[in-house]
Amino acid sequence: MSFGVYGSIKKCQTGIVGLDEMTRGGIPQGRATMIQGSAGSGKTVLALQSLVNGARLHNEPGIFVAFEENPQRIAANAATFGWDLAALQKKKLFFLDAQPTPDLVQSGSFDLGGMLAAIEGKVKELGARRIVFDALDVVLGLLDDPAAERREIYRLHEWLLERGLTAIITTKMGGEVGTLPTKAPASMLQFMVDCAMTLNHEMVEGVCQRSLRVIKYRGSSFAENQSPFLIGEIGVEVAGSRELTGRTVNVTSERVSSGVPRLDTMLGGGYFRGASVLVTGSPGTAKSTLCGAFAEAACIRKERTLFVSFDSDPAEIVRNLASVNIRLDRFEKRGLLRLVSARTGLISAEMHFMRIRALAREQKARCLVIDPVSSLSKHGNSPITHSVVERLTDWVKSEGITMVCSSLLDSVTPEVESTPLQISTIADTWIHLSYLVHAGERNRALTIIKSRGTEHSNQVRELMLSNAGITLTDVYTAGGEVLMGTMRWEMEQAELAKQLVVQTESRRQLADLKLAEVDLTGRLKALECELEAKRAERDVLKHSDVLHQSGLVARQLELRGLRGADARKSVRTLVKP
Amino acid sequence: MSQTPAIYRFRLYVAGEGPNSLQARANLHALCSEHLPDRHQIEIVDVVREPRRALEDNVLLTPTLVKLSPEPVRKVIGNLSQTPAILQAFDLRPASQ
Repeated sequence: MSFGVYGSIKKCQTGIVGLDEMTRGGIPQGRATMIQGSAGSGKTVLALQSLVNGARLHNEPGIFVAFEENPQRIAANAATFGWDLAALQKKKLFFLDAQPTPDLVQSGSFDLGGMLAAIEGKVKELGARRIVFDALDVVLGLLDDPAAERREIYRLHEWLLERGLTAIITTKMGGEVGTLPTKAPASMLQFMVDCAMTLNHEMVEGVCQRSLRVIKYRGSSFAENQSPFLIGEIGVEVAGSRELTGRTVNVTSERVSSGVPRLDTMLGGGYFRGASVLVTGSPGTAKSTLCGAFAEAACIRKERTLFVSFDSDPAEIVRNLASVNIRLDRFEKRGLLRLVSARTGLISAEMHFMRIRALAREQKARCLVIDPVSSLSKHGNSPITHSVVERLTDWVKSEGITMVCSSLLDSVTPEVESTPLQISTIADTWIHLSYLVHAGERNRALTIIKSRGTEHSNQVRELMLSNAGITLTDVYTAGGEVLMGTMRWEMEQAELAKQLVVQTESRRQLADLKLAEVDLTGRLKALECELEAKRAERDVLKHSDVLHQSGLVARQLELRGLRGADARKSVRTLVKP
Repeated sequence: MSQTPAIYRFRLYVAGEGPNSLQARANLHALCSEHLPDRHQIEIVDVVREPRRALEDNVLLTPTLVKLSPEPVRKVIGNLSQTPAILQAFDLRPASQ
């Protein structure tokens, strides 16, 4: 077979998003897919859901052959998922009750030929494209002969291929997860089909962790890691390929307010839009308050926000935050903010992630708060939490949602600044809140440990909560010691007094100088006046001299005139100096 | 002894000419001639030709033998190679006794 044929393998969407993601587009069209799993692992629901989706979304009628359960009961169970089976059953969906009767007497070997002939009629009638054989092992088990079982598996497989039906065959599996079925015929089925997956559910510290794994897929790549899934309100939801999306993220340098003006300044303008912010700290260090401030600021900007709390009920969050003047109720009423309690402890981290994602989509959230994200690692979830948080961060980023999540630190010592989930490496901005206990006081301190791509203050600030809100105050460092609270206040008062003394002294000096200035200016003025007087005196003197001279000449001329001499010419010569 | 022995009415569902189906037919005829001579009726339903009938009668595994009368109605699946099981199911005594 050429690679071209493999490359062009046709796929058939199951409509279960995560599963189609893992199989890179769905199960092989016109071929058989095997789903194996232990009792209660969700095989029937998964198979039926795929069939229903085929009928609803792709208009491909389907047949469900039930070997183990009464079809009516299967339909009744599925009614809670809202698939509207009743409407589908009229034209697009047919349930075949193929349960062997309990009082069945067997004598010798039998085969599936009759059943396939019967189904064939129905396939033609409906124009069916998909088919499910649920719990094939039940009927194979009746044969009680490995050779006969193999023969019937072969018969079924050939029949499916000839008709080009996309089939799902489910079988029970016992024993270890992921191991080959011990019974030869079942393992033969696994070799025969083009696609095989296992469903698994196990209890980890009392929490049910369901997972799905694609074992093989002929002619196609697939996500090889197992993926968690859940049976929720709409049926099976598969977390999907656990690979990171790797989607290009729209990077922006737009800033959004943290809700605390001083913190915005410290961060050089606020958080980046689309960034993931981590707030760590011991219990009571006001992590939730900081989260609340962000949510409020987001709502004030009219951005739709989702607040997921693992600690409190929505009403409690609203009440508690109102005490520090963060009023969320007004936004909640307007639908701008959605507060959700995720306190239902005993569910897996995957389920939480899927729920948060669904809620965020529903809310069309631009801002997301998770308080605290470390709760995800509770209840036996710790091994997978890191991956969950990683994918959460990845998803949030790809959606351009700004996320603030808090995380509890196990250690109270601020030197050991590592988060239990190691999500600090994923977060873009990491704010650490701690207590400083000194002189009988416990004060909150805020530090920005990192903030990618932005200048940020290296200063430790004291975080103060009051009914006016959050304020960040400079801490007082004296002699290499950080002072907060009353100590800071005392030092500030002392400083103030010292400053007062200095101020008074300088005021006095200023006055002295002023006086000197006034004095000198006065003296300057007096001298100027004196100068003026002297000049005037000099002028007077000069003038009178001229007068005196001219008077002399005049008198001489007069004299000369009287004597009858040639007065004019002589006068001129005389006057000219 | 005075009672007239009941007539056994059988319906055998087969799938075409498959080996099991052929064997079942042969086995049923042999069984009837041995244990129920002259008091049996056999109807053969080929589900390949009449798939609807298989669905309506809810007979999917082939071959299936249904004893319609006398009451109660009983079903036996398989190629009828194990005679004792059938006799027991149909309340018949082995001929040797």
